[in-house]
Amino acid sequence: MDQPLVIVRDLRLQFRTYAGIVHALNGIDLEIYEQDMLGLVGETGCGKSMTGLSILGLVPRGGEIVSGSIRFRGEDLLTKPESYMQQVRGARIAMVFQDPATSLNPLFTVGQQLETVMQRHHPAAKNEMRDRALELLKVVELPDPARILDTYPHELSGGMKQRASIAIALSCGADLLIADEPTTDLDVTVQAQILDLLRRLRETQGIAILMITHDLSVVAETCQRVAVLYAGQVVESGPVDDVLFEAKHPYTRALLKASPKRSSRGQPLQAIPGTVPSGLQPLEGCSFAPRCPHAMEVCSQPPPRASVAPAHAVYCFLYTDAEGT
Amino acid sequence: MTMNHEETSRQAQSAWGARFLEYRLMWRALRRDRLAVISLAIILVFVLAAVFAPSLAPYPDQALGKANLSEKLDPPSATHLLGTDDLGRDVLSRILYGSRPSLSIGIFVVGLAMIIGTPLGAIAGYAGGWLDQAIMRITDIFLSFPALLLAIAISAALGASFFNAMLSITLTWWPWYTRLARAQAVSLKEQTFIEASRAIGVPGFTIIRRHIIPNVLTPALVQATMDIGSAVLMGSALSFVGLGVQLPRADWGNMLNVARLYFSDGPWFAIFPGLAILLIAMCFNLLGDGVRDVLDPQSRRTG
Amino acid sequence: MAKAEYIIRRLLLAFLVLVGVSIITFVIARMVPSDPVALYVGPRAKPEAREAARVKLGLDRPLHQQYLRYMGEVLSGDFGISVRSRRPIIDDLKVFLPATLELVLLSMIFTLVIGIPLGVLSAAFKDTWVDHFSRIFAVINVSMPVFWLALLLQLLFVRQLDLLPVGGRISRDIAILSPIEPVTGFYLVDTALAGNWSAFRDALRHLILPSIALASYAIGLSIRMTRATMVEVLQQKYITAAWAAGLTRRTVYFKLALKNAIVPTLMVLSLSFVWQVSGAMLVEIVFLWPGLGTYLVNAILTIDFPIVVSVALIVTVFYVFSNLFVDVLQAVIDPRVSLE
Repeated sequence: MDQPLVIVRDLRLQFRTYAGIVHALNGIDLEIYEQDMLGLVGETGCGKSMTGLSILGLVPRGGEIVSGSIRFRGEDLLTKPESYMQQVRGARIAMVFQDPATSLNPLFTVGQQLETVMQRHHPAAKNEMRDRALELLKVVELPDPARILDTYPHELSGGMKQRASIAIALSCGADLLIADEPTTDLDVTVQAQILDLLRRLRETQGIAILMITHDLSVVAETCQRVAVLYAGQVVESGPVDDVLFEAKHPYTRALLKASPKRSSRGQPLQAIPGTVPSGLQPLEGCSFAPRCPHAMEVCSQPPPRASVAPAHAVYCFLYTDAEGT
Repeated sequence: MTMNHEETSRQAQSAWGARFLEYRLMWRALRRDRLAVISLAIILVFVLAAVFAPSLAPYPDQALGKANLSEKLDPPSATHLLGTDDLGRDVLSRILYGSRPSLSIGIFVVGLAMIIGTPLGAIAGYAGGWLDQAIMRITDIFLSFPALLLAIAISAALGASFFNAMLSITLTWWPWYTRLARAQAVSLKEQTFIEASRAIGVPGFTIIRRHIIPNVLTPALVQATMDIGSAVLMGSALSFVGLGVQLPRADWGNMLNVARLYFSDGPWFAIFPGLAILLIAMCFNLLGDGVRDVLDPQSRRTG
Repeated sequence: MAKAEYIIRRLLLAFLVLVGVSIITFVIARMVPSDPVALYVGPRAKPEAREAARVKLGLDRPLHQQYLRYMGEVLSGDFGISVRSRRPIIDDLKVFLPATLELVLLSMIFTLVIGIPLGVLSAAFKDTWVDHFSRIFAVINVSMPVFWLALLLQLLFVRQLDLLPVGGRISRDIAILSPIEPVTGFYLVDTALAGNWSAFRDALRHLILPSIALASYAIGLSIRMTRATMVEVLQQKYITAAWAAGLTRRTVYFKLALKNAIVPTLMVLSLSFVWQVSGAMLVEIVFLWPGLGTYLVNAILTIDFPIVVSVALIVTVFYVFSNLFVDVLQAVIDPRVSLE
């Protein structure tokens, strides 16, 4: 495989809150390749959205990245000044959000919002930009693009709004699209259409997509690779088929067992006992250990990365031999 | 919005008890806001000064009006800490005595406006229909007058006095509370526990008294705290144009009215009463901000 | 079109409110416990003269007829006669109204130029010294008695620094040497139109202090309001999306966020416009400004109720129209409004 587009190493993110310091990310390792489709999956609060925001340097107030690196085409974004990041955002890395109703500005038309972004990174003459805008709307398969340019977000349906958001994200030729739960708030049928669209765009536009979701089935249908997140750590990563059908990490296994689609009929759903840690306690060792049925003494140490198969990695002591590989 | 049975029946019981508990918790949270606490402390100082003015004022008879022409317009000195006014009277004493009408007009106006306006708005919002329309039309008409202008006009029509000033300002203020209460009542009306109460057969007025008004009270109190400062300002404005407390009785506003003519000779006479008004208004505003941040979580994120 | 419908509805509502307002003004003015006839003819008039005066003033008719007659006259520009001076009120209004309006308009300009940007910056730099300074500044402005501020400004700039004139609209010298041709009644406009620059400068020097004093409350209010709405807007997802698209701070704050925050701010501004018209009364007293304020206050103290009614009516009309203006503006800016 060629050099990854994005390499995240040991990313640690903390938030200062009234209750104390919350450890949101505890050493995230990720690779995203060109034209890759990486799924970042985990329960609510595991840090998947924060990972996406960290890549763009948009960590909310009160948050601080205390260590780690995020290399985009070799450059560590965490060392770059804000002016550099403003060039990266939108033009090299773009993002679409969960609820298109709130991520589009209600007081501007779709065309105006497209134009604002294009004007920022690739300014051109008015009619040139309008033509590009029309092209973009066609690429995201919106019907009657000329009319849509002059409509306001509240006049569009959920699916159309999301397509418009995707068009805005793609307007400046980004290499990586971070999609944070892009279909969660949409109807099921529309979900399938949008996921289809994203898959197609990957090929036609040559972009890589980081698909952040809590829904394993979305990952199974659309992604090539997947990383499973628990309490701010990657516990398992690799090709989708490998991870989902030959899950190694106890959490991944439990997650799959709890999923209605993969359980057998008539059997009760197997919930995972215990609750997700609040993040207020600093992490020592494996974050899943308190709930893991296979927890051992050594799990109080940070689990090393073990290669179970080519490109399939697990962070668990169960898979390390005596030397720790 | 779905609610389970437990929550519904809990809320159907009197909301007053829940309110008092809430207020105790809120008070504890308010204590953490330093600016609000300091403001409250200063306000209390003023209130105490007003109550104990006769004991605190160095020259109580001058405060009540006795002239002292030999010491006309003296600058601040050891004998007169804030100087003397155009008739030689001690400014400090007159400010202390002046705090009585100035503060009380603020408190009474807002109190009355809340007492009149809130139930009216609650009734309008809950009842709906023609009653709602009638009350709101009257409210709108009152609101379409600039408040100060209306207060001056009514005050002049009734005759210049402290009581009339208070009355006229109250008349300009009650509509705001009616509007506020009505908006709250309208949204509360839709909630499940109200429907449950109605289904049991609880009469309208009881519902209003027991459920609507306590819930409406919170935003009203937030508004009231901030309003007291504005009411004091308006009261002093009325006195300034001669329509409030009449001389020789002291009032911050009417002191400024006279001071205007003498400020080149005696600027302290103009500065201190105005400073008092500014301080009181600021404290109520800051306190109101703090109260709003604590009591009204929706607006907590803003301001 | 839904938007046009909405605007028409608002216009009708405004009209109804105006009618209600005029009735109430009329009633209140009639409540004044005094005898306008006596004021008109003097204490020693004979019964016939008094009767004649009664008829002339229209006081012999039933109340509602008096009201209709009054409204008819008003709408044709006749505001009646001052009971005290026997002068047609409309003549006084032609002088005093522009004087006050000029003051208020200049102060609104100050408010917009100072208040709104400070509010935006306060929200953008939340919790930094810029924010703290703005907020303290805003609270002081909102809590300050405007007549006191006027006095202080006079104290500082007139007595101490001797930079600016103490009051009035124009200096006596200018009034004699380069008199102003009244075209609109707005001195700044009239002098500019005539190319009378020395008078223009003089008028400006007279306008500065009173309009700053008048603007203070509105500035404080708009800083607070703009900040509050901006803070809320800046937390919205569409702003995060704007950051994610790499848009600059200037674009995000002043183009995208401000448009969403502007409507509540404009509503506050319209309210403060009214406050400024009534606050102008207080400022005019201090600065000896020959405007509606002094006119009204004198009329009240001398119980000249035709004047009181006329001025109250005019001011309230302005209020209603400025509210209407904001509603319409909101409908224009926010495409979702007409759907309500």
